Amino acid sequence: MNAQAVREQLRTVIVGHVDHGKSTLVGRLFHDTGSLPEGKLEAIKAMCERRGMPFEWAFLMDSFQSERDQGITIDTAQIWFKTKKRDYVIIDAPGHREFIKNMITGASSADAALLLIDAGHGIQQQSRLHGFLLNLLGIKQVAVLVNKMDLVGFDASRFGEIREQYIRYLDGLGVRPDYFVPLSARDGDNLVNRSTRMGWYSGPTVTEALDSFHPTLRPTDLPLRLPVQDVYKFDDRRIIVGRVESGRFSVGDQLLFSPSNKTARIASIESWHRPGKAVVAQAGQSVGITLDEQLFIERGEIASHVQDAPRETSVFRGRIFWLGQEPLRVGNTYQLKLLTRSSPVTVQKIERVFDADSLTDRPGVEVPRHGVADVILRSHAMLALDEGRTLARSGRFALSDGHNILAGGVVSMEGYPDQRDALTVKSQNLRRVEHRVPEAARSARNGHRGGVLWFTGLSGAGKSTLAMAVEQELFARGYHVYVLDGDNVRHGLNANLGFSPDDRAENIRRIGEVAALFADAGMIAITAFISPYRSDRQRAREAAKGAFHEIYVEADIETCEQRDPKGLYKKARRGEIAEFTGLTAPYEAPDAAELTVDTRDLDVEKSIKRILDYVERHIAIASQVR
Amino acid sequence: MDHLDQLESQSVYILREAFNRIDKVLLLWSLGKDSNVMVWLARKAFFGHVPFVVGHIDTGRKFPEMYAFRDRYAKEWNLNFLKEDCPPMEETDPTLPRAARSAARKTLGLRNTIAKHGFTGVIAGIRRDEEAVRAKERYFSPRGDAGQWDFRDQPPEFWDHFNTDLPPGTHLRIHPLLHWTEVDIWRYIERERIPVVDLYFARNGKRYRSLGDQDITNPMASNATTIAEIIAELEATRAPERAGRAMDRETEDAFERLRADGYM
Repeated sequence: MNAQAVREQLRTVIVGHVDHGKSTLVGRLFHDTGSLPEGKLEAIKAMCERRGMPFEWAFLMDSFQSERDQGITIDTAQIWFKTKKRDYVIIDAPGHREFIKNMITGASSADAALLLIDAGHGIQQQSRLHGFLLNLLGIKQVAVLVNKMDLVGFDASRFGEIREQYIRYLDGLGVRPDYFVPLSARDGDNLVNRSTRMGWYSGPTVTEALDSFHPTLRPTDLPLRLPVQDVYKFDDRRIIVGRVESGRFSVGDQLLFSPSNKTARIASIESWHRPGKAVVAQAGQSVGITLDEQLFIERGEIASHVQDAPRETSVFRGRIFWLGQEPLRVGNTYQLKLLTRSSPVTVQKIERVFDADSLTDRPGVEVPRHGVADVILRSHAMLALDEGRTLARSGRFALSDGHNILAGGVVSMEGYPDQRDALTVKSQNLRRVEHRVPEAARSARNGHRGGVLWFTGLSGAGKSTLAMAVEQELFARGYHVYVLDGDNVRHGLNANLGFSPDDRAENIRRIGEVAALFADAGMIAITAFISPYRSDRQRAREAAKGAFHEIYVEADIETCEQRDPKGLYKKARRGEIAEFTGLTAPYEAPDAAELTVDTRDLDVEKSIKRILDYVERHIAIASQVR
Repeated sequence: MDHLDQLESQSVYILREAFNRIDKVLLLWSLGKDSNVMVWLARKAFFGHVPFVVGHIDTGRKFPEMYAFRDRYAKEWNLNFLKEDCPPMEETDPTLPRAARSAARKTLGLRNTIAKHGFTGVIAGIRRDEEAVRAKERYFSPRGDAGQWDFRDQPPEFWDHFNTDLPPGTHLRIHPLLHWTEVDIWRYIERERIPVVDLYFARNGKRYRSLGDQDITNPMASNATTIAEIIAELEATRAPERAGRAMDRETEDAFERLRADGYM
């Protein structure tokens, strides 16, 4: 192996408020370390002359014409240079508020950061927000560069003042920068060469500070996390592929896949065009393995060792930065991306919204664009994840709307139990778990029991209106819920039924059975049929085995006829509908409904609330949250 | 893991993401050193098998050595190979400078290929260190229905979460080599013994550092006849890699315009 090939590389991001001199710093750094490509200096000169402006270092990285014309960095760029010690990738990140998403894109891959503060203007909004975001992104090695010292006469007390203020700010985040360096990037003072104009400063220059940082490699000494990226079957091998995010493993190790809780041993590590057959693998490697048993494993599962598995939960707290155009709101559903897993989550609560300027927080109902907040996210499916502070890579996530990434965040499980135990049937024979899903496990995962909300009442009493509104609201709150709609059922399942009394009874019987299946599957089925006969409803009650909730939507015939939303009463009065319930056919009101909603007294909103309260009391299981 | 292992692992991860997330993927094989490395990495990612269509968008003006290389390795590497021709020069934007028009033929050829076969993902072997506009790219870069790049509003990309779900009619460019440098490529070619076209090695004091169409690509002065010598030469030089590619420099924004329009 060629000694040059193993040269270390450090990825460094340059952040800070707009116009505090980030791009200038990069240009000058390249010039002073002799890293500028041939002809680049001349090309930049020509660009500046064409615009009738003085020489502008920023043009080295601001490669878009629109960036140069507006004198502002829009997107992050990367460029390579080297010191005597090692190679560097420099990531330039825009400082303008509007381009925070690009700053995060650039900074997220960095090992270390240089944060610039203008000595004249001092600490500005983005200086604070960038400090906050670096912490959230997990970048621990930070040098704060107080730039443009030439504009404050190289004044040591001005430097000291900014340093004190910024240290006080970062203390609130639990962050302590490694260095504060007074700098004039434009003139190169304390950049590569020690300044002769700031004799009072004895700390490192920028390149000395950089050389003291370390590349952050994926940790090999933490618990194993191997997220399943895909499963291949190109030949007779069934290869599970993924990248080891932390830890290490050997052939023969027993793996536990979460959240499915399946286990198997590693039979082999597969590769192509590599000398010899590997028997161990470690963090950072993209690997392929085969197992000793043919498990059904899908993308998104996390493989670990049995004794230090990730946590399983359907609810967690995330400290997020929000990049969406529209604010994040309670009840909204987003696609969670955690390692290779993708799963919908609903915002259950916004605990606090931070003010990055003052580091104070307040409760909020929405998180605005570029806001930082603690939110509680609930998933319908069980998730495997880790505490972000302990295992960064399996403890952080992104949220997307299906097309675009809208947020990033770090998991905090403080106050939440591991739900793995609730899911695992206590049994000697672990393999049976795959085939037996107890009712309690479904409820634990869904956050509620299965059930049938059987709405009954006269035509025009408000059953459909309430059913649809309740469905929408329950869905927003994270429930698995579905309305069995009369017309839809009659188009498919009951297409062979007409409106004779026998057919009507059969219609209700089938709906009762289907609703019971939904309940058994852990969902909430809402039905909205007149269902005028007690016997029919009693049969539906028996089918649902204790999960039946009869909700009487009450309104007298006069009120209903007055409302007549579908014009049916008019038709019936004209004799166009034979056997119309309430007029020419009986309606048997329930004698012991679980809930009665009198829509003559209550308006729609109050009626909905009464039903939701009932559901929260009787169908939701005690929330793990709070 | 050394530096090359880390680069390889990241590229393999991206190729596997592309395979999992995107339906119809075209891997662009320009026959140059970078796309050879990319095909090689795909074989690593998928255990010797390349599960993508490997396509050459042919300008008809490449060097004969490149065509011979293509025909040999398409077979030897058992590739699902596709060749598509570029439309004539007359179909390109006449306001572009001459060499850029030549490059624009490739953009049109690619656009036609995507439309003809319904590709939703195109893997290209570009690197950030090649050219300043490419330095601003994402690993997964969404393109409009005509292949345009909206570089003023690129989606965020962090922690290896990529924007892979796109509205119909658009496609993704995937750049698995974005984080590699020219020297990295040569060191990897050396380590893995990946075949490359002979034109990269010096003959009569000249070699090609970057390969494009014959009429707009110029060789550089060099005596490097082995990969080790090429690496030593690159370690010492400050001349940019694409200095021999006329299309990049005809006007200040020539390359930006080409790329915004869909050029790789």
